[in-house]
Amino acid sequence: MTAKFRKPTEDPIWLKALLGGLAFGFIAVLLLLPLVLVFKEALAHGLSAFWATMTEPDTLAAVRLSLTAAAIAVPLNTVFGISAAWAIAKFDFKGKTFLVTLIDLPFSVSPVVSGLIYVLVFGAQGWFGASLADHNVRILFALPGIVLATIFVTFPFVARELIPLMVDQGRDEEEAAATLGATGFQTFLRVTLPNIKWGLLYGILLCNARALGEFGAVSVVSGHIRGVTNTMPLHVELLYNNYDYVGAFAVAALLAMLGLVTLVLKSLLEWRYAGELAAMHRH
Amino acid sequence: MSFLTVDSVAKKFGRFPALNGASFIAPQGGFVSLLGPSGSGKTTLLRILGGLEFADSGSVRFADLNWLDMPARTRNAGFVFQQYALFKHMTVADNIAFGLRVRPRHTRPSKAAITSRVKELLDLVQLPGLEGRYPSQLSGGQRQRVAVARALAIEPRMLLLDEPFGALDAKVRKELRADLRRIHDHTGVTTVFVTHDQEEAFAVADLVAVMRDGRIEQYGAPADVRRNPKTAFVSEFLTA
Repeated sequence: MTAKFRKPTEDPIWLKALLGGLAFGFIAVLLLLPLVLVFKEALAHGLSAFWATMTEPDTLAAVRLSLTAAAIAVPLNTVFGISAAWAIAKFDFKGKTFLVTLIDLPFSVSPVVSGLIYVLVFGAQGWFGASLADHNVRILFALPGIVLATIFVTFPFVARELIPLMVDQGRDEEEAAATLGATGFQTFLRVTLPNIKWGLLYGILLCNARALGEFGAVSVVSGHIRGVTNTMPLHVELLYNNYDYVGAFAVAALLAMLGLVTLVLKSLLEWRYAGELAAMHRH
Repeated sequence: MSFLTVDSVAKKFGRFPALNGASFIAPQGGFVSLLGPSGSGKTTLLRILGGLEFADSGSVRFADLNWLDMPARTRNAGFVFQQYALFKHMTVADNIAFGLRVRPRHTRPSKAAITSRVKELLDLVQLPGLEGRYPSQLSGGQRQRVAVARALAIEPRMLLLDEPFGALDAKVRKELRADLRRIHDHTGVTTVFVTHDQEEAFAVADLVAVMRDGRIEQYGAPADVRRNPKTAFVSEFLTA
């Protein structure tokens, strides 16, 4: 009777098979299959058609715009995220819960709504619209608007990743550093940062993936000017609506590739530093 | 002779009074135990001495300094925490050297001096040769020895210990207690030690302050306090 000596936490084999199968099936149908199809459609008319779309000036402009927006939004949100998490985890002050709620706001509000807010503020009929136009400053339908919308939507990623981590780690090590004579900046650089680097890296990768892929908010503020204010996701939609399926899927495949590179990078780092990670958690 | 003078220190957390005017005087180089049940304010008083909490009122003078006006960073008071608070990502040697390495360049010892100081301190806390280990590779008792070495590395004016042996088993506690006394006698650093264990307090300190509800109920040499408990609370706490 082997069943009699089963571990208390072990489930019967049929249940394991069922749950495992369900999980794999779900992932295969909902995640893997669409991904494979994107690449298949992109290459449906051969490599040369794929390559032709990729090297088209409008596509290159979209890639460049997306990368520029991410290159501005991600570092800013990294700084914001670290500051916010640092303040929330290491200090007590009034309005802390409110600040945490505010950080979550972009997750709970539809991106389209956040895009519309920027139109209300900076648009021709908006609060600052007239004075901005007088000074010849373009925010909507230009890079600044796209960057603002991207920052708004991707704001929570770094902070959300760091807050529970830093709260969990407490203040002991920072207090020890202070009694040993370290300045606030030395404490941050030598004690806090090494303790949060994995969470931080993960937050930045997620933030970057979302910044490149953001559609809703950017769609409202960009104005969809082909080759000028079209980001990669917007370009996919534009090509698709013009019945250019190979083109649409080619750009979509590129976007998906960027996402996959992010994941591979993360796994590689985890694999490379597995020992160090385990040592940190065992404490 | 110079003194550590704690005068009417009070502190509230919100509406909860943690300290209600605690006062005591200890000679420089003395070994004081703050003894009391949880919630008596002993840890709060220690953290105020270390600069990790701020008193609402009262004063502390030490070595002719207005102690409470100085930030934790410049007090040069080594602090040992109950949960060790070692830097997890650093080796034992880097932990101990931390306080020396963060000094401004003109007062920072040379690399060779730091290395030899680390070795000397590891010998003092009886962990020779463990420079390259990480905190996660040490036992609880070893971690606390490293924490003591780290606090001593800065040649502190004062050594503050917050229930340092609270997380350790009885046998290790006794060993560490004896070693702490030996280290104190060797370095001559003024030491304030928080504990809720009266046997520990009496065994290790020159002076014991029994605390209750944010005040010092009785203060004196261990033998005197034991022989003449001034209040019912002290005698009850000592027999418990």
